[in-house]
This record gives sequence, structure tokens and C-alpha cells, in this order.
Amino acid sequence: MTLQHYLVISAILFTLGIFAVLTRRNAISILMGIELILNSCNLNFAAFARFMTPPEDISGQIIAIFGIVLAAAEAAVFLAIILAIYREFGSIRPDEVDTLKG
Amino acid sequence: MEFTLKTFIFYGFALMTIASALVVVTVRNIVHAAFSLMVTLFGVAGLYVFLQADFLAATQVIVYVGGILVLILFGVMMTSGRLEMRIHIERGQLLLGGVVALALLMLLLTVIANTPVWKNLTDDGIELPPTTERIGELILNGPFLLPFEVVSVLLLVALIGATLISRKEVRDE
Repeated sequence: MTLQHYLVISAILFTLGIFAVLTRRNAISILMGIELILNSCNLNFAAFARFMTPPEDISGQIIAIFGIVLAAAEAAVFLAIILAIYREFGSIRPDEVDTLKG
Repeated sequence: MEFTLKTFIFYGFALMTIASALVVVTVRNIVHAAFSLMVTLFGVAGLYVFLQADFLAATQVIVYVGGILVLILFGVMMTSGRLEMRIHIERGQLLLGGVVALALLMLLLTVIANTPVWKNLTDDGIELPPTTERIGELILNGPFLLPFEVVSVLLLVALIGATLISRKEVRDE
């Protein structure tokens, strides 16, 4: 396995995540897209830590662990906001939440 | 590269990750998308094992599959009635999003294929020692102590914030 194998897998995951964020009209599906993007990012960190630095240097893996922690915090806050929006508007389609629209 | 059992399993994990991610972004039923996301997360954990990041793989399974995915399913259950399980997609947006995503993928693949320092880096089959002990050393007794504490405070803030946002407002009148 070469570094480029991992980079290609991660690029495909990233693109699929962007695609989900752009096309889906449901806040929870958008969250799934964001999780795909974060996963591709962590995979890149781990791959670069394995191939670009000496094998005993694992700082990249620690950054990936911090990335997982941030993803968990982000998902919790995201879902709390979604619940509040659902109570207020009765829907979680982002284009129906337009109170601030001028 | 010679075709061994190891490469076979690697391509299996890669295929599993990408195929299930494709299902996540295309399927119309949101519960199916959530369960397909679970397969994607397991696939990424498998790729971490191939990178000899054992602690990272375990964390991925515990936090993502055990935590975030359950949270997502809770969100689906609390916000989508039986009629709203289907995800609404507009055709024009699908086309435009597809074009943007494809262009982005082409750009990334070009960069990956043409960057000279990334070429010919194979993992030459060395077996590294388990990473858990060194990660503990680096986090609790090394350069990552301050980020670790900051992230702990961030988790506390997110916890309090999420509870505050999602609670029902109670007025005493």
C-alpha cells in the first residue's frame, strides 16, 4: 500500500461529503455529510503520520484523535440545535427555516 | 505490488468504505443512510488498522459507531415522522452539486497524482509496536498536554451548551 492509495480513498470520501452537504434538504443528512468530511480528514492525518514522518513519530494520530473529539462535540451541538429548530418550525428542512431572511 | 491476502483485504475495506459512503449520499430513506454510515465508519476503522494506528481504530469504533451514530439515530427518531423519512432532493440542485463534486474530485486526484514528494512511499511492511502507550505519554506527559486540557474544556462547554439549547423552556407564571 502506498500513501496515494489512502489519499485517493480520502479524496473520494471528502467529495461524497461535499455532495451530501450540497444536495440534501434534510439537516440530519447534512450532518452525515459533515461526518464523512471529518472522517476523510482524520484518515489523511493518520496516513501522513504513517508515511511522511519517521515511524516512531505518531503526532498525526494524536491530531486525528483530537479530530474525533471535535466531531463528537460538533454532533452533540448540531443535534441540540436541530431539536430546537424542530420545536420552533415543525420541520428540519433547512430551506424552510427562513425567519432571518430579508 | 504483489497480490497478497493483505492487499486483498485492504481493497475490501476500501471498497466497503467508498460503496457505503455512496449509499449514504444517494439513498432516499434517512434510516437506511444512517445504517450505511455505520458501515463507512467501520471501513475507515479498518483502514486505520492498516496504517498501524490501533488506538485510533478502537477510538473510531467506540466514539463514532457507539456515540455519534446513536446520537444521529436519536435525532432521526425525534424529528422525522413516518412521512418525513424520505429525504427531499431537487433535481437542479442534484445536477449542480454533482458537477461541483466531480470537479473537486478531479482537482484533488490531479494534485495527488502530481505531487512529487508523495510518490513511491510504500509502507514496506515493518511492524510497529502498539501505539497506546506512546499516545498516553505524549498526551499526558508531553507536548500535547495543553491541547488535551483545552479539548476537555471544549467538551464540557459543548455538553452544557447542548443541554441548554435543547431543553424545553419552562415559564413559571
